[in-house]
Amino acid sequence: MAGGRKKFVVGSFSDEKVLFPAVKNVRKAGYKIHDVYTPFPIHGLDHALGIRETSIHTAGFIYGTLGTATALGFISWIFTKSWPLNIGGKPHFALPAWIPITFELTVLFSAIGMTLTFCYLCTLAPFVKKHHFSLRATDDKFVMAIECTPNTSEAELQGFLNSAGAEDINIQEAETGWWIGRYDTEQKLYRDEVGF
Amino acid sequence: MNQQFELPGAYKKWTMALLIAGVLALLWGLIMYHPTAHAGHGENVNSTRFWAVLLQNSTYWLLTVNASMFFICVTTMAHGGWQVAFRRVPEAISSLVPILGAITLIILMCIVFGGRTDIYHWLDKEAVAHDKILKGKEGFLNPGFFLIASTVSIGLWWLLGQKMRKFSLESDAMGTMDYETGKKWVWKNTVWASLFTVVFGLTVASTTPWLWLMSLDAHWYSTMYSWYTFASTFVSGLSLIGIFVIYLRNQNQLEYVTDEHLHDIGKFIFAFSIFWTYLWFSQYMLIWYSNQTEETRYFIDRIGTAEKSGPYHGLFFLNLILNFLCPLIILMKKSTKRNWTLMLFMCILVIFGQWINFYQMVMPGVLHENAQLMPFELGIAALFIGIIMWGVGRYITRNSLLAKNNPYLKESMIHHT
Repeated sequence: MAGGRKKFVVGSFSDEKVLFPAVKNVRKAGYKIHDVYTPFPIHGLDHALGIRETSIHTAGFIYGTLGTATALGFISWIFTKSWPLNIGGKPHFALPAWIPITFELTVLFSAIGMTLTFCYLCTLAPFVKKHHFSLRATDDKFVMAIECTPNTSEAELQGFLNSAGAEDINIQEAETGWWIGRYDTEQKLYRDEVGF
Repeated sequence: MNQQFELPGAYKKWTMALLIAGVLALLWGLIMYHPTAHAGHGENVNSTRFWAVLLQNSTYWLLTVNASMFFICVTTMAHGGWQVAFRRVPEAISSLVPILGAITLIILMCIVFGGRTDIYHWLDKEAVAHDKILKGKEGFLNPGFFLIASTVSIGLWWLLGQKMRKFSLESDAMGTMDYETGKKWVWKNTVWASLFTVVFGLTVASTTPWLWLMSLDAHWYSTMYSWYTFASTFVSGLSLIGIFVIYLRNQNQLEYVTDEHLHDIGKFIFAFSIFWTYLWFSQYMLIWYSNQTEETRYFIDRIGTAEKSGPYHGLFFLNLILNFLCPLIILMKKSTKRNWTLMLFMCILVIFGQWINFYQMVMPGVLHENAQLMPFELGIAALFIGIIMWGVGRYITRNSLLAKNNPYLKESMIHHT
């Protein structure tokens, strides 16, 4: 799922009240926001960014249905075809007794399926690395990364971000997808800094 | 902010029509069904039917309107803010507790002190004397205790609910509250809401359904029964709130209620429908699994046996379709919970479904194969719906529809799910 190397103009914001108008203005000016990285979920940011409604609940429904079908299919096969047992004189096809298991498998399938789907969509997995635009996005800054197209004037965009209230504006060339390996393939590590 | 709401003519007309239909049904019952006829079991079927229908409807609608006060109290205790934009609606519905409570009490007393052994088998002193099981329950199932417990329960719902409504109405005249006043006001609300919830837990969620409904099948018992009844009436209570919120929004009232609020009401109905099913199923499965004669009796009266299906077979499964499958499938999607028309349809469906649920809780134990679902039954239901519409209309025209000084109002206005 490699996305290729691209150029980004990155700016950090320290206040939501500045971030929201900035998101709006940047989008209005026709720039393409790659993403906004925040230390915590911000209500309404997805709407401001114009991101479409997630379809993970549809996936969850499908996984859940799959769980129901697996449970009912498997248990009924075992108890009526493969290994019928007389349990307290109950009929072999004893639906009420299977409902708890069916319920549990439904929940289990949809929970695990949705988690994996979520991780896949967010490209999160063990050993998988992604580019950090600014580490302070994990602490106290809202980091906006704007993708540069061949027509983008970087200097103009930096000025625009500055007037929108961003700090620490810089230009980064980064891998947009994920990769397996170490961060030193992507960026200079702290231990390699001069004077470490 | 909000001008006083004038009831539209159509609302008054419908209220009147339902009340008239209900009164006619009641008169029909009084004249044709001989409510005072001798109460031997299975002797005067119509007489039994008359009281069973009144019992089913009065308990169902009373517990349903009382559930909206429970809704207010739990959201208050949770310091929830989202419901404030439409808080006057559950208040208006709960203002019917005294009226429906009095009606229910009268009906229950007529049954108990009229010696209706066909309804409550435990009233039959002779039968109890020779019956080991009923004798064991005599300390609980006797007219004196029944009278005291019912009166105290209804009285407490009334008093504590009245207090909660009073606080809310008082705040209208208090002006915008500063921090200290608001804190005191919220604390006062929290304390009384907690008291109500404790009383509610000790009555609706335990003793009340045992006394009023479970004792119809006097030999039988289920530890799930009260929660099952509570879940049933809470879902229908939420649906009743939903109906009035949607209606008033369509009348251009409740200006701060948005899709977000409707969405949350929808989530509540969805969640508690599933909760009801959970309890329904737990009760069913445990009895099915252990398969003991004294327990399976309850379900044999309803669905029958493998050889011979019972008279309530269809109703039993209709109950599951209306109260489980429909809410599960229709209310699962976000877009349906934000669709005002569909939500109105679902609210009505759920109220009807839970009414059917109460029907199959009451009738099989007392009427067996003689129960009917005829204009008389629906007419009595219309009477109670008419009373509820009248009472809600009275409350919302006398009081402002917006709790404008509630400290949580802003939180409700900007509510976003």
